[in-house]
Parts: sequence; structure tokens; C-alpha cells
Amino acid sequence: MQKLISSVAGRLVIAVPYLWLLIFFLIPFVIVFKISLSEVAMAIPPYTPAFNLSAGWQAFADNFSQLSWDNYIWLLEDPLYYKAYISSVIIAGVSTILTLIVGYPIAYGMARAPATVRPTLLMLVILPFWTSFLIRVYAWIGILKPEGLLNQFLMWAHVIDTPLNILNTNTAVFIGIVYSYLPFLVLPIYSALEKMDYSLVEAAEDLGCPPILAFWKITFRLSMPGVIAGCFLVFIPAVGEFVIPDLLGGSQTLMIGKTLWNEFFSNRDWPVSSAVAVILLLLLVVPIVLFQRAEARAQESEK
Amino acid sequence: MNTTWSRFNIASLVFGFAFLYLPIVLLVVFSFNESRLVTVWAGFSTKWYVSLFRNQSFIDAAWVTIRVGLVSATVATILGTLGALAMTRYTRFRGRLLFSAMIYAPLVMPEVITGLSMLLLFVAIGFDRGLWTMILAHITFSMCFVAVVVQSRLVTFDRSLEEAAMDLGATPVTTFFRVTLPVILPAVVSGWMLAFTLSLDDLVISSFTSGPGATTLPMRIYSQVRLGVTPEINAACTILIAIVAVGVIIASIANKRREVQKARDEQAAARN
Repeated sequence: MQKLISSVAGRLVIAVPYLWLLIFFLIPFVIVFKISLSEVAMAIPPYTPAFNLSAGWQAFADNFSQLSWDNYIWLLEDPLYYKAYISSVIIAGVSTILTLIVGYPIAYGMARAPATVRPTLLMLVILPFWTSFLIRVYAWIGILKPEGLLNQFLMWAHVIDTPLNILNTNTAVFIGIVYSYLPFLVLPIYSALEKMDYSLVEAAEDLGCPPILAFWKITFRLSMPGVIAGCFLVFIPAVGEFVIPDLLGGSQTLMIGKTLWNEFFSNRDWPVSSAVAVILLLLLVVPIVLFQRAEARAQESEK
Repeated sequence: MNTTWSRFNIASLVFGFAFLYLPIVLLVVFSFNESRLVTVWAGFSTKWYVSLFRNQSFIDAAWVTIRVGLVSATVATILGTLGALAMTRYTRFRGRLLFSAMIYAPLVMPEVITGLSMLLLFVAIGFDRGLWTMILAHITFSMCFVAVVVQSRLVTFDRSLEEAAMDLGATPVTTFFRVTLPVILPAVVSGWMLAFTLSLDDLVISSFTSGPGATTLPMRIYSQVRLGVTPEINAACTILIAIVAVGVIIASIANKRREVQKARDEQAAARN
């Protein structure tokens, strides 16, 4: 009897979250794919069904030959879309490198701090992450505006005479991404650096290795797992970012998350926005799989 | 690791933290500004808070946000903890690879994709969009964060404690509630808090999945921001920041107290 309870409980532990994710995470992607193959219609919901599973497999097979790839052809032919994809990847890539340049010294400084101060520093890095993403992006509007605080400060300090135009440019988008995603990059690098045995660097320096070279060959190498995890955590969501390009970027800032949002909410074209999502997902599948593998490997090594 | 605080390290920390905190501090400071201009200081005033509390649409949105947050964080914590148990305790079952992929993928999935796909699911099964569809969506993405947080605690868990309890005749279910859960509780609690703040903050997924009558605070703030920056939004943001800050501080004090108590217990045990 007890064995029975235990095996039922064990199955439930797996089955409940498994089914939940299947229904609410995986199946929706199938539906997105399905709707990306249908045509836009003036109706509610605004698309004509591409195929109907309730009609049985024969109908499904009949329908298959009539599926419309028009939305994808449309995406390939209209330069707006592929330019948006390319520019999203470039903006996300540049921002990831900038975040690394800003974040690595912070993680390094934290890891080299006295052990008594480290928990406080860690808490200070995590704290902004708990405050709303939207609020943190909004805060930068007041700073970067032409009559904003940054320009006021720079003009007061006589660094510039005329206000800089930063808001509504790609520069503002870079600042926004670096700022919002910084904790995601600092934390994995910090945890890699904290575990590191610093005597290795000392040994190298004792043997005459210049500090910069010792840093590059030992410290940076050993922090690589953290760097990789951090870069994925910044790059992947940044490619599909919507809030930052929408609030900080300008009309010339092309990002695919914004394109998808506009197709959906402004043009009410569900099939095209689904096709945009499918291609974005295909673009991100490789980095997502690499990230997931790196995470699983890190979990295994903890055991 | 030997600790040397070189000037470079201190400078990078000071600059780093200034960069992280200055925008938030400025936002809070200018919520108390007398002037309608957000960027020119004209004296201290709390009038924007007063006008905020008179604004019924903000109050309504705050209630929706809190309700969605409480329900979704609680369900997500239960599901996420189960997910973490499944990942750490059952190393072999059919479809485990898919399961772990479904746990990790939502962590990095762009929100526009998650939001759109959930919406299309609700439309396909004929679910009316509103408060409940938003809650279902929030549960789904935040349970994965809970699972990762709880899992990191479970991998370092000493399983001999559970084995001892079961050898003494406890059923697996009793063992879970009386042995495992108390040990992993701090991780479960921080998972709940994470799920709650994620729900509190979310704009994109909520915008896709909510329907008429279910507007959350971030959605409300977003539609105001598009019209322009006002001190009233600064005040609303300050209140949200204050709620989260108080929660985090209480949690860290509780954590510290528990650690002190634990150290005292261990000392007492060692003395006996």
C-alpha cells in the first residue's frame, strides 16, 4: 500500500508540472506555427483557420497541401522584416559586449572584496533586479531627454554647449539594455570568480608573468563558464526586446520585438505576427539550446 | 581567495553601483518635485501622491496587479517546487530532456513570443481573455524561475535525512512535509517572492493575455509613459519600488535571524 502511494506521488510530482508546461508552453508554439500558415481575415479571431484538427486526419492531410506559406514569402520579400531581424541581432550583440565590459569589472571587484563585505555587495547587485524593468527603463527617459538631467549636468560642467540628442537613438537603446540586463551578467561571472583559486595567479606572477597576461590566461579563462552563461542571459532576451526600443529608441530603431508588437496590436495581423515569432524562434533556437546545455552541465557539476 | 582591494577594484565597484542606483534614486527624488516638469527641481511636495490616490484607474490597476501577483505566485511556487523535485529526484524518466528544456527555455524566451503564443492558445480553446488568462500566463513563466531557485537548493540537500525518516516508518508524503520542505523552505520562500515580483513587473505578457477590464499597474504606467513623463508616474513607480524594497529587507532580516538561531542551536548541541 505504501509503495503504491509512493509511486503515485512520484508520478504526480513529475506529471503535474510536465503537463502544465506541455499545455501552456509547448502547445502554444504549435498553435503559433499553425496560425502563421493561415490568412488574415476581418473576423474575430482575425484569421482563417489553416487546418482543423477536429475534422480528423484525412481532412488534416487534405489541408496540408493547401497551406499558405504566403506570410513567410511576404516576410522574405519585404526588406523591413529582414532588416529588423539583422538589426535586432546586431543591437543585442553590441549590447552584450558592452554589458560584459561594464559588468566584468564589477563582478571582479566583488569577488576580490573581503569575504565579510561580499554578501552585502551581492545583495546590492540583486536589489535593482527586483524593481520593475519598466520603471528602470522609464527612469532613463528623464535622464537622457534633451532637457534631461544628463544634459543639464554636462552643460553645467561646461563639457558641452548644446544638449546632446541621446533619447530616441540607438545609443539610448544600448544604455537601456546594458542597464537592465547588468545583474544577469554580473551574477554568473561573480559566482565563477568567487570559486577561483587566486593562488594560481600569484604563482604565475611569481614566475614572471605580467599581471595583464596572468589575468587573461588564468582569471578570464577560469571565469569563462560564467561569462558564457551571462552573455546568453543578456543576448537571447535582448534580441526580442520590446520595452527598451519602444521607450528609448527612435523611429529608426528597428527591432523585431517592436515589429511583432506593432503587427499584432496596430495592424491586427495575427498570421504575420505569428510568422515573425516563428522566424525569431528559429533564430534563437541555437543560442537557447546552447544555454540550456550549459545550465544542465553546471547543474551536473554541482552534484 | 586572497583579498586585495586595489584602487581599480574599488573604483569599478563605486562606478558600477552608481550606474545601477543613480537612475532609481533620481526617479524617487523627482516624484517629490513641486513642478510639473520632471527634470527641474522646484521644491518638495507630496501633491503627486495625493493626486495618484485620487486617480481611480490607478487604484483599480493596483488591485488587479496585487490579485494576479498573489494567485500566480502561489500556484507557480507549488508547480515550480514540484518541477524542481522532478528534476533532481527522478534522474531518469521518459521525456526528461524535453522537461528540462521546458524549464530552462522560458527563462530566456523573448516575452513577445511567450505572450503571443499564450494568447493564441486561449483564443484557440475559446477562453475569454481577462484576469484568469493573465494569471495562467504568469504562472507559466514564473514557475520556471521558482523551479530553478528551488532546484539549486535541492542539489545540495543531504538525502540521508529523508532516508532516515523513511527507515523510521514515515511515508514519502510525510517525509516531504516534515523533513524536506522545512529544509528547502528558504528557497521556496524566495521563489515565491521572485514569482510575485515577476508578476508585479510584467508588461509584455500581460498586454497580450489580458482582456478588457483587467489592466495591471505596469500596463497603466506604460500607456501613460507613451503620452509623456509626469511626476505622477514617478510617484507610482516610487510606491512600487517601496513595496519591493520593504519585502526584500524583511526577507533578508528574517534570513539573518534564522541563521543566527541556527548557529546558536548548533553551538548548544555541540556543548551537550
